[in-house]
Amino acid sequence: MKQTKEPSRLSPASATTRAAHYVPWLVALTLPLVVDATTSGNLAYCLLWAFGAVGLAAMWGYGGILSFGQTAFFGLAGYSYGIFTLNYGDAWFDSWLGLGAGLVVSIVAAALIGYMIFYGRIKGVFIGIVTLSVTLVLETFMSQTAGPQWAIGEARLNGYNGMGGMPPLTVPWPGGPLTLENASFYYLVLILLIVVYAAMRKLLDGTFGLTLIAIRENPQRAEMLGVDIRRHQLLVFVLGCALGGLSGALYTIWGSYITPSTMGLTSAAMPVIWVATSGRKSIGGTILGTALLVWLSQNLAVYGSQYALILLGAILLIVVLAAPEGLLPFVARHLRRMQGRAGQDAPRGGACLKREEGKS
Amino acid sequence: MTTLLETRGLKKHFGGAHVINGIDFRIDAGEIRCVIGPNGAGKSTFFKLITGEHRPSEGSVMFLGQDMSHVLPHERIRMGMSIKFQIPGVFPDLSVRQHLQLSLHRAKDDRPESLDELLQRFMLENEEHVLARNLSHGKKQWLEIAMAVSLRPKLLFLDEPVAGMSVEETHATGELIKRLSAAGLTMMVVEHDMTFVKQIASRVTVLHGGSLLADGPLDEILARDDVAEVYLGKKK
Repeated sequence: MKQTKEPSRLSPASATTRAAHYVPWLVALTLPLVVDATTSGNLAYCLLWAFGAVGLAAMWGYGGILSFGQTAFFGLAGYSYGIFTLNYGDAWFDSWLGLGAGLVVSIVAAALIGYMIFYGRIKGVFIGIVTLSVTLVLETFMSQTAGPQWAIGEARLNGYNGMGGMPPLTVPWPGGPLTLENASFYYLVLILLIVVYAAMRKLLDGTFGLTLIAIRENPQRAEMLGVDIRRHQLLVFVLGCALGGLSGALYTIWGSYITPSTMGLTSAAMPVIWVATSGRKSIGGTILGTALLVWLSQNLAVYGSQYALILLGAILLIVVLAAPEGLLPFVARHLRRMQGRAGQDAPRGGACLKREEGKS
Repeated sequence: MTTLLETRGLKKHFGGAHVINGIDFRIDAGEIRCVIGPNGAGKSTFFKLITGEHRPSEGSVMFLGQDMSHVLPHERIRMGMSIKFQIPGVFPDLSVRQHLQLSLHRAKDDRPESLDELLQRFMLENEEHVLARNLSHGKKQWLEIAMAVSLRPKLLFLDEPVAGMSVEETHATGELIKRLSAAGLTMMVVEHDMTFVKQIASRVTVLHGGSLLADGPLDEILARDDVAEVYLGKKK
């Protein structure tokens, strides 16, 4: 049995590396204990963008589908949450139903757009153009909804001024519903992120992930394994967009506010920058990188939002030139090499090696 | 004999260029059929018409008695065709093991012993964890054949399986194909290398100018003057 060869991979260094994967999660779990409530809320903001980034990493890093449309589903889910909760009230179950409504709308929209893209045999860079067009069309449309005629029930869309006043998420509690805000909202986002991370690793480290990589690298050959490539591309697209929708709904809940600019050109570029910088083939790297980059942008934005954009652009440029697989996989690969256990066959991205280790 | 594959009046033209001019062709279960012909004979187009990469302009391709005209390539694979392309179509970032995991999963066979057996049969035991990008050309060809075989096809198509291989690798591939045939696998092989064709084939089909020139047992076909003329470019 070939499995007998594999335990040799489980060296102490490998165990250390594996244990190191848990460190960021442990740090994240303890952060609200050492910072004040407002900072916890700000940290939740940094984390909530990671869902959409993970969705893009699955689509792009694994499936080879570069989408600029994460923000379209972000906005759709955010507005849907607002429209639902402003119409149906702020009872605890209404807020959760609103979150569900946001996800459902983004999934249905992604399924429709994805069907047209993949069953229409749109490929490569044209997918980027179509998805970018979708988000820009949505931004343009929502921007001209300032008049009172643009309302769905009680919910005024409000054009560029944005929609506000949505209720936060609440949970039933003895003595009255408990509002999830600051630290409690942070923990909600973190738990969701851990669940999404575990589920995506399970999915992408399995044969679904292998199939996506096969489609990315040689679609014709993948088809000759009996793979319906359009169906797999549609599945990962819908999954990725749903995660973009989750980010959008959580963003709206966090700030009780959403504007069309969240679907604009600058916003649409952000997930691509975060994922390219973090490492599109690494789900854990994408989460960590996105949270750090959002945190960095937030802190720089104090001095003017243009500084954050200039720095992000510079970081992206450096990463593309020096570490095309992404910053975190690049650092991890060099750390492994320094530990003297560079695999003779280390892949360019982290995903394949991780997957092989996962099987061992 | 059960007929696995049949083409009836198969034609293909690209604009004004008539590449395949009405081919009637049949493969029965258990055969190794080699399709040969000089450059420009229409072998590759004929192959692509059968595998579904091209749609016929006229005529039909029947597999297991069913018209394949509107069957998509991936559906043909699920029906029991399996294909190895001329240029090795491996996935550079996946290891040999991951390739076979994937193809065995498609065949709904996730047993580890199946993977070990494939590695051994296709002489890839020492490359199990090697990324496909780092394999030699010959090993890439074997990996692709291994993937095609692991799908447990009823009919395996091999398009120039020994292109770019050394003499030793070519011979080893021939022996491999004979073992697969002995195990009951039906194969259609498009090939240039006549030494290899003689090693494996019992029956050959000769294409010339997009038409079927000759079809029959290897020795009889190679003895024909018209075949020698078109294939070797001279009269015997």
